[in-house]
Amino acid sequence: MGPGRTDERKTTYREALREGLREAMRSDDRVFLMGEDVGRYGGCFGVSLGLLEEFGPERVRDTPLSESAFVGAGIGAALAGMRPIVEIMTVNFSLLALDQILNNAATLLHMSGGQLPVPLVIRMTTGAGRQLAAQHSHSLEGWYAHIPGIRVIAPATLEDARHMLAPALADPDPVLIFEHGVLYNASGELGPPAAAVDLDHAAVRRSGTDISLITYGGSLPKALMAADELAVDGISAEVVDLRTLRPLDGGTIAASVARTHRAVVVDEAWRTGSLAAEVSARIAEGSFYELDAPVERVCSAECPMPYARRLEEAALPQVTDIVAAAHRAVD
Amino acid sequence: MNRTEAVDVVKESLAQVVPGADLAALRPDDAFRDALELDSLDFLSFVETLSRRTGVRIDDEDTPRLTTLSGCAEFLASRTE
Amino acid sequence: MAEFTMPSLGADMDEGTLQEWLVRPGERVRRGDPVAVVETAKSTIEVECFETGTVGELLVEPGRTVPVGTPLALIETEPREPEKPRRKPPRGRKPKATPPPEAIPPPLPEPAPAGVQESPVAPPPEERPQHEAVPLVRRLARERGVDLETLHGSGLHGRISRSDVRRAAARQPRARITPLARRLAGELGVDLSTVSGTGRYGAVRADDVRKAAAGPATALVSDRAEPARTAAEPARTADDRAAAMRRTIASLMARSKRDIPHYYLSTTVDMAAAMGWLREHNRRGPVGERVLPAALLLKAAALAVREVPALNGFWTEDHFTEGDGVHLGVAVSLRGGGLVAPALRDADTLALPQLMARLKDLVTRAREGRLRGSEVSDPTITVTNLGDQGVESVLGVIYPPQVALIGFGRVVDRPCAVDGLLGVRPTVTATLSADHRATDGAIGARCLTAVDRLLQHPEEL
Repeated sequence: MGPGRTDERKTTYREALREGLREAMRSDDRVFLMGEDVGRYGGCFGVSLGLLEEFGPERVRDTPLSESAFVGAGIGAALAGMRPIVEIMTVNFSLLALDQILNNAATLLHMSGGQLPVPLVIRMTTGAGRQLAAQHSHSLEGWYAHIPGIRVIAPATLEDARHMLAPALADPDPVLIFEHGVLYNASGELGPPAAAVDLDHAAVRRSGTDISLITYGGSLPKALMAADELAVDGISAEVVDLRTLRPLDGGTIAASVARTHRAVVVDEAWRTGSLAAEVSARIAEGSFYELDAPVERVCSAECPMPYARRLEEAALPQVTDIVAAAHRAVD
Repeated sequence: MNRTEAVDVVKESLAQVVPGADLAALRPDDAFRDALELDSLDFLSFVETLSRRTGVRIDDEDTPRLTTLSGCAEFLASRTE
Repeated sequence: MAEFTMPSLGADMDEGTLQEWLVRPGERVRRGDPVAVVETAKSTIEVECFETGTVGELLVEPGRTVPVGTPLALIETEPREPEKPRRKPPRGRKPKATPPPEAIPPPLPEPAPAGVQESPVAPPPEERPQHEAVPLVRRLARERGVDLETLHGSGLHGRISRSDVRRAAARQPRARITPLARRLAGELGVDLSTVSGTGRYGAVRADDVRKAAAGPATALVSDRAEPARTAAEPARTADDRAAAMRRTIASLMARSKRDIPHYYLSTTVDMAAAMGWLREHNRRGPVGERVLPAALLLKAAALAVREVPALNGFWTEDHFTEGDGVHLGVAVSLRGGGLVAPALRDADTLALPQLMARLKDLVTRAREGRLRGSEVSDPTITVTNLGDQGVESVLGVIYPPQVALIGFGRVVDRPCAVDGLLGVRPTVTATLSADHRATDGAIGARCLTAVDRLLQHPEEL
């Protein structure tokens, strides 16, 4: 804690991420951060503000605007024994580095017969809600969750933002961290490190008996608000935060559905071929005889994300949509 | 076998062939084949049952004597003396 | 995986009530084993399995009434390999097994619903072979529980296509029951047909099942080891059953008289030889092996029908199909009223003592309401013997889609001319009711003269 901060001061998601970065760089010399504007500008979303001053330009490196080049450089560094953290501004631009991620990072361990692990961490922003229009707002983490050979995580709480980086760096495989844009300003009290932040388990954020709201990332706060509203209607909703999108924690999903017998999957991505589709399919496969209602999905409208505020709101999953879906399943 | 015993075994045999038959209403000289609506298969099965329970062989020629309770009793009494 | 479906146990049956399971999930069954007891309007019948395999899920709870063709259970079938001797022969299998009872043939073609038939303008005679459908379509129809006879094919020349079957299957309403509700109902022994759903589109949900289980009717917790009657609705009362049977007979007989142009023949048969032979036979054997005149008459009828196969079979869709054996429908009157005519299968091949034994067994089970499916589904001709009721002749009504019925009256002493002299002889009047669409009188006459001839040589029967 820096001087002058009081214990009452609330922490933001952004600050929690920064604390995680700072801790990682302090504890391991092999860790360094690189990406567009991460140094002098302090990161496009201000996550790395102050790190250049603390750790110097060798360990906080600004890169040219070439995702393919700097993700490739990160893979090379990881192969050479470093522990690079690469920041990509948004998931939309990560597609320029998709070749590096899919064809190199995800495959090298497999193709080298286990000789070449790629202990790389890639952070990127995802999601809509800030009027950044169709080239900065999409949720493509489901695409990455399709790829074997990498791990995909989506911290949605202050604790996860603060503590997921360390296990991500420790993981021998490439780990992609998706930070939802609307979460950066989320604030609250950051408690002591939760028991164990691991990368294998989904978390039940709220217990309930009537319906499971299954979600992750930027949709978690919406699901929790929906659960509050449902409680007023007398419906006890359980909220499951997937946290790790690959590999999915099917056990926690199944256990929740076994308690509530109904499920609403909330996913800001497009419905077709989405992570929500995968979760629904797993419920149908593994929990069919627990279901007392069809699985509901709340996803984004299948269109490029609109710029206009009203249209963007209309296109995104909203609390009222989640509440309505829950009522359809329960009533 | 005396007549009372004979009547009892006849009634028991009938009850076995026609479950639920109202044997109490059957008078000694009623023609029970008609009263109980026994067809030839039922009657054969009655004859088989009666023969088995009493050890008396009953031939086709004997059956005309087996039309009433008293007829049956007489027949059995005469064959078991 | 095969489906065991509610069979059609006669031309007039369109639904049945599953009364009792005779098997449990996981149990091995062989083709021909009785697996369930089904109650129809006419009788209670033990239904045999078509497959050899292991019983999977039981899909219908006892007490439910479902349409013909509804899947009742899943049977895990075994690959049909030539039977090799196994280390452990399956229980009950004899080294050289007698062929298992014939599986129930596909439902007898049923005429179009009455409404269609009675349309004032008769449709032009169609040159359409009976349910024109390729095997694939037949299989689909079987799987979906669709009666091909109720379909009008949309293909060339009225051929029934797969989409015709699918459309028909889609029309059949299926109860909406959530997977959890279905599972719970099984666990709690709740009959889903009695539960009304409160979910969307009337879906039955877990809560509905729990409420039903806890309802005023005692909570029925079925022991899976004993899935029998506990969960069944109270069995229909005898009065209900009698009324239902009356209605069935009414509609069947009305249909017969409406559709079938009957012709009748009769002849009087001298029974002296037959009765004499019987008396001798019965005197020699033990009481339990006694043969009744009825058995003799049935055997003679069966052999006569074999000689005149045009009377042995079914009239459907404007043509005659010969039966696959002589399966005599034996008219059995029930004590509570009503009538069933279960089949004495392959009666022409049975030796007399065997036929007698089968007859006793059949009549006993008919009266106890425990007939088997194959016995009620496919008699090829009916024989009625009202002689026991003391009448001298019976002119019967044909049981559609059969084409003939043979009747015997009482064996009675009559004066008659024997070798130019008047004598008193035991005689019986044999009659034939036959469908004039299928045969003409000359053919019917051949049958009755054959009966007469055969009864003169009882030792050969």
